[in-house]
Amino acid sequence: MVIGAGHCGLAMSRSLAGYGIDHVVLERGDVANSWRTERWDSLRLLTPNWQSQLPGHAYAGDDPDGYMAAPEVVAFIQSYADAIAAPVQCGTTVRSVRRSQHGYVVDTDRGRWHCRCVVLASGACNLPALPRAAAELPADIESVTALAYRNPDDVPPGGVLVVGASATGLQIAEELERSGRPVTLAVGEHVRMPRTYRGRDIQWWMARTGLLDERYDQVDDIVRARNVPSPQLVGTADRATLDLNALTGIGARLVGRLMGFRDGKAQFSGSLRNVCTLADLKMNRLLNGIDEWAADNGLADDDAGVRGPKTVVPADPSLGFDLRAEGIRSVVWATGYRPDYSWLHVPVLDRKGRIRHDGGVVTNAPGMAVLGLTFLRRRKSSFIHGAGDDAEDLAAHLAGHLGIGAARAAQAG
Amino acid sequence: MTDNVDNGVNVEALLAAREAVSETPAAAQFKWRASCEWVKGTHSHSSVEGYFGLGDEQKHKREFSFDADHPETFAAEDNGATPVEYVLVGLASCLTAGVASVAQNRDIQLKSVTATLEGDMDIQGILGADADVRNGFSGIKVTYQIDADASPEDIEALVAQSQKRSAVYDIITNPTNVAVEVK
Repeated sequence: MVIGAGHCGLAMSRSLAGYGIDHVVLERGDVANSWRTERWDSLRLLTPNWQSQLPGHAYAGDDPDGYMAAPEVVAFIQSYADAIAAPVQCGTTVRSVRRSQHGYVVDTDRGRWHCRCVVLASGACNLPALPRAAAELPADIESVTALAYRNPDDVPPGGVLVVGASATGLQIAEELERSGRPVTLAVGEHVRMPRTYRGRDIQWWMARTGLLDERYDQVDDIVRARNVPSPQLVGTADRATLDLNALTGIGARLVGRLMGFRDGKAQFSGSLRNVCTLADLKMNRLLNGIDEWAADNGLADDDAGVRGPKTVVPADPSLGFDLRAEGIRSVVWATGYRPDYSWLHVPVLDRKGRIRHDGGVVTNAPGMAVLGLTFLRRRKSSFIHGAGDDAEDLAAHLAGHLGIGAARAAQAG
Repeated sequence: MTDNVDNGVNVEALLAAREAVSETPAAAQFKWRASCEWVKGTHSHSSVEGYFGLGDEQKHKREFSFDADHPETFAAEDNGATPVEYVLVGLASCLTAGVASVAQNRDIQLKSVTATLEGDMDIQGILGADADVRNGFSGIKVTYQIDADASPEDIEALVAQSQKRSAVYDIITNPTNVAVEVK
């Protein structure tokens, strides 16, 4: 039983089929549901088209360096479902997953299933992850989550405070600022990255230098690696870099991390300078690594690496202000996402509601696997092109659990 | 870890502690304490000795005490550092401990670390002369001079990481609820 027919669930379906494992993929909506219903209008993939790959399925269009918009992602994933003839049952919402004597009982709005194995491929971004401060927002200020946001028309005219400076926050901040709404951006720890470097997409370098294939059991500190925010990137036709300098260049104002509200006043951390320094240093370490790799691999003659200037931090960033007095009418929460496991009635979550797993093999739940989480098995695990290898590894694990041995695997191979 | 890097920090113990508290979060709950007694004028005498942590009452090796006062510029007797200077001392010693720990963890041998701190203050705030001026520092500047077996960028990263993990840096940069009661 695979829960979720996004790219992960479908990649798993193909791998399970390779082992001859009977399965069904349950999907609450249609294939690639969250790409149909939970993305803002202007969003494009952060990975270039050539990188949109699933096992046996690659981008076939004429713009390999472009970035897919959500409808194109839907079409890409749908065409994969069709190509592999995945046994998807759409319009089926899982209500609960429980343990049974021989595996799991899956209750849906369209009946009950019994299965020996269950794969959680329901996504990592089902719900907004809101900071505690969100509950203290003064009632007359409109609150919009990035998950609900579609375009600037969803935000009232006037000033807007965007909380969060990863890809989501920067992209939304940019289009709000361009729509004439003065943006204040609250910036905590973030990962800065140029869109292109030495004439190639940063994702090309990340892939070629082996960073994206780094495994969860090879990194020093997997907890830290899984907590790294998503890089500040945007996919546009001109392959522009979207960083804090780009935003302040069009008029947005930077403040430190939002700490809370008191008497209608927003309070910001005095750590803005340091989080920007950390991000600049980290970006330069990444680019140094790329330079070294390029030199070692005979690419030293291509475009020289041009680096953006240091992040320009205001001399005296605001530590707090009265939202109304500042003309701020709304807050957009771009503070991350989290999975929804409210239907998962198996004790596999830690005290912070995260699933306990070892490279996707769920802890203390024989026959249960999870896919699509950040750095699940590899740095690329949360990307579309990361699903294939993870699905293959975990399908092999499940085959072992079901007693489908090496003979079958050898046939498939 | 290379054996020859020694900044006197037991990183293994710190990493083991992190592992331990993530498994039993209750052990991570600490209470730090200080007591203070007025002497005369703006002079007071403070001390620290006991604290709570790892699920139990703990004690420093001995009691440490601190005299605080204000200088003669403030028409006081100058029996000790001013409280705001203690804040600078707290920040400096916290960041410096962090620099040493991070350096050890990153196999960087330190030769010397010096920090100088400046806190800007408009005393119209504490004197009640201008309600728009805050009492506290309007800004703090910390300048490090570090001699170590590392590139300037690696040294800058040490200092940045130290700020990221510093308790006092957090206390100063972020708001904290303070409850003051009279018994």
